[in-house]
Amino acid sequence: MPIVEVKNLTKIFGNVVAVKDVSFTIEERDFLILLGPSGCGKTTILRMIAGLEIPTSGEIILRDRLVFSSRKGVFVPAREREVGLVFQSYALWPHMTVFENVGFGLQVKKMKSLLVKKKVEEVLEFLRLEDMAGRYPQEMSGGQQQRVALARMLVCEPEIFLMDEPLSNLDAKLRLEMRAEIKNLHYQTGATTIYVTHDQVEGLTMANRISVLNRGEIEQMGEPKHVYKMPSTLFVADFIGSPTINKIRGVVGKTSRPAGGKPARAGVICDHFTLLTSYGTLPEAKEVVLAIRPENLRRVSAPGENTLPAEVHTILPAGPETILQVKLHDMTLNILMTQETEAQVGDRIYIHFPPEHILLFDEASQKLLPAE
Amino acid sequence: MLEAHVGGGRSTLSRIRNYLRQPHIIISLVLLLVLVFIVIIPFIKMVADSVIWQYADRRLSRAARPGSLTLFHWKRIFASNLTQNVLLRPLFNSLSTSLGISAFAMLIGSLLAWVVVRTDLPGRRVVAALAVIPYVIPSYIHALAWLNLFKNDRIGGAAGIFQYVFGVSPPNWVSYGYFPIIFTLAIHYFPYTYLLVSASLKNIDSRLEESGEILGASRSYILKRITFPLVLPALLSSFILTFSRALGIFGTPYFLGSPVRVFTLTTQIYSNITNRITSSGYILAFVLILISSVIIFFNQRIIGKRKSFVTIAGKGFRTSPTSLGKAKYTILVLVVILLIISVLMPFVLILWQTFALYPDNYSLKELTLHFWIGRSNTEFAEGEAGILRNPAILRATWNSVKLALVAAIVSGFIGIFIGYAVVKGRNTRLSNAVEQISFLPYLVPGIAFGALYLSLFTHKIGPIPALYGTFLLIALVCIAKNLPFTGRAGISSMLQIGSELEEAAEVSGARWSRGFRKIVLPLTIHGALSGFILVFITVMRELSLIILLVTPETRTLTTMTFRYQEQGYTQFSSAISALIIIIVVSGELLARRFVKREIV
Repeated sequence: MPIVEVKNLTKIFGNVVAVKDVSFTIEERDFLILLGPSGCGKTTILRMIAGLEIPTSGEIILRDRLVFSSRKGVFVPAREREVGLVFQSYALWPHMTVFENVGFGLQVKKMKSLLVKKKVEEVLEFLRLEDMAGRYPQEMSGGQQQRVALARMLVCEPEIFLMDEPLSNLDAKLRLEMRAEIKNLHYQTGATTIYVTHDQVEGLTMANRISVLNRGEIEQMGEPKHVYKMPSTLFVADFIGSPTINKIRGVVGKTSRPAGGKPARAGVICDHFTLLTSYGTLPEAKEVVLAIRPENLRRVSAPGENTLPAEVHTILPAGPETILQVKLHDMTLNILMTQETEAQVGDRIYIHFPPEHILLFDEASQKLLPAE
Repeated sequence: MLEAHVGGGRSTLSRIRNYLRQPHIIISLVLLLVLVFIVIIPFIKMVADSVIWQYADRRLSRAARPGSLTLFHWKRIFASNLTQNVLLRPLFNSLSTSLGISAFAMLIGSLLAWVVVRTDLPGRRVVAALAVIPYVIPSYIHALAWLNLFKNDRIGGAAGIFQYVFGVSPPNWVSYGYFPIIFTLAIHYFPYTYLLVSASLKNIDSRLEESGEILGASRSYILKRITFPLVLPALLSSFILTFSRALGIFGTPYFLGSPVRVFTLTTQIYSNITNRITSSGYILAFVLILISSVIIFFNQRIIGKRKSFVTIAGKGFRTSPTSLGKAKYTILVLVVILLIISVLMPFVLILWQTFALYPDNYSLKELTLHFWIGRSNTEFAEGEAGILRNPAILRATWNSVKLALVAAIVSGFIGIFIGYAVVKGRNTRLSNAVEQISFLPYLVPGIAFGALYLSLFTHKIGPIPALYGTFLLIALVCIAKNLPFTGRAGISSMLQIGSELEEAAEVSGARWSRGFRKIVLPLTIHGALSGFILVFITVMRELSLIILLVTPETRTLTTMTFRYQEQGYTQFSSAISALIIIIVVSGELLARRFVKREIV
């Protein structure tokens, strides 16, 4: 039984279509991340689910309850939807102490003050904020404010957590910590979570499902690992992964048919070279974009099949891994190396393109070509 | 494809319902209704009145048919042998005095700003604290002080201190007309330039100047090529806004200009309306509104855009102040003289006058407290008692305070709602309409605004009651006139809190009213407080706005001053002025304790 159901959701601001005919469902205990560049409509979708934005058309069902339907004229305001929301800015009330901030939602529900106190203290302890109850938000660090925002959401025990880029205001180290904290929170509470972010690393590390959005439409939705390995469009391939996926334009050439019953392999003719892929027969002369993840390119010591010479342009060591930027004719390719490398800028090295890791996208439709 | 969703009666209906579900839409619509009633309708009524024969017009023309249409007054103002005296000469006087006032005020104010903000002048903090005072006290008080000093006996009435001390009657051009009008109003307005320019100087990111210095530019070169261009928009803006304010000023040209027949548009409006040629007064008010609107529009459009680069927040370091070197003490003496003339002298001259038993005898031996605490004595001022035991003045004091409080509270609250509606509906047509209409009173000079209300509320028209002669009318005009300030204060404080704070309350399950009371109001009330005190001070010293609307029942301190001065009881007018100064300056000091001063 899906917990959240979004059907044909559209939102138009003036003459800008922010969200265009978006549909998806989320099962209980799911951790869904809406991922996309700024302005792709992900926050708008979240706000429409929360009830803060009125959709132009479509339907939203939360736990079997129709909370919005343009056709039936149903709109349940945010205060009656019983969802939890953490804002990007945290939106902590600056004139209230941590205790008052966290207790507000319970007081609104007319809970007895003794019980409010007990519940707030519980939640604060859970988030290791028990010493902060009397402080004002502006007297706390960013990470602490973030936890207060989480506490304020948790205290009302909503079944659905909505989070709008909650970590984007934190520095890199804290972000890593809070990522673990939120993931742990999800594990412990089991609440269905929808999380909006533009940071693809968050998408890959935290979610069990991600949905990549572009210009108000869902490009791809699925398990993070699958989306990473088999991006369905060039946009998704480009957006997910760091360093960015390598792309080379070309046209489909002859399919080589090796002897001995091995599968056929389509070749792609690029400007100065030809690469073999693991694709079977493809229509010849079709314009394609060949893409390969930086970690799948290999440095080899000698020329061979699917191996090209290149010149080292920049070396970016980053602790356990090193990014090599190499010049291949007029293109720059990223290679992610996990082992020590002894290259020098200007060195001529050989790059191997493993055919099984090469993805082909149709240049015209930007869609992934199906492997046979 | 998307259009498919839009059509269909049911969906349109639910769309409207969803639209009205947003509280800020309801608030906007209510505000719009109120604003149309207190701003737009009076304007339409005034213009309509100017083309309709009035009863009193039967004195002017045999053709007058009260109630029917006529262009008589428009012709009278624009194309008759009166045009020269009624329109052109006053218009010329208005424009030329305003030009002189704003030029002088800009010069003094900007130099003072630079000296205070950027140099090592001793006692800068004290100067900064005092420099605003001339702007806080009502402008006509400078005129009264001037008269107490330089009045001559040629025009009639008692002579001033100068003649008493030196035995020489000052020439007319010193006592009345252009020179004193420009001088006293420049003295009144320079703090305005001072505030704008010093704020702009403080806001300049000092790194901009430092990078000039690193590139090897000299101090004076930096001043000329970097600092000056950066404050230029503030400078121009202060010039233009001072100009438009000076155009609308009434008290000073009335006291200093009218006796020598130097009329301005404002004094012409007043005399036309008090002489019951109201339609002509309305047309002149219309002309004044038009000029003032064009000027302010020009300021918003041309300079408003360039202004943006000055407001880049100044982080970085403070530049070390420019050393004035040997000139330090010369400049200090000049600044002290300026402060004596603009701050100290008005107080002294006003007070001295109140202690003079006879208006032209300033002998220190003849000093008296009669005009403060004396009982009624038929020998002086037709038996009027001293102001502290005079029931009429006590009532006027109460009226003034009541008026200022009511106007401040009501317009302050409306301002919060304007801020809420405008910020919540940012970039929608409705929001823009609310913002723009609430700004309109800013374009209308005080006396013209009074004329608008006079035209609308003299008689009962349909649902609009005849409010003339009531406290309500005067309160209403003061509230409406101050909406641009409180609205702006509301908008800026609402912008600071951001909508997510309120949404967080909504998601927590709070109804709109609770969220507004518990979150929005507590967070904006502080910003509104500065608007509140500002409006209080503004209304306490208001003369031109209400002079056409007050009746003996609704007199305020300012209009009492005006009447006494008109009748030649200068001790009374001075004593009441002193009272106003005390109230207004303590309000200002109170405001400084609580809030950062806003420039308006």
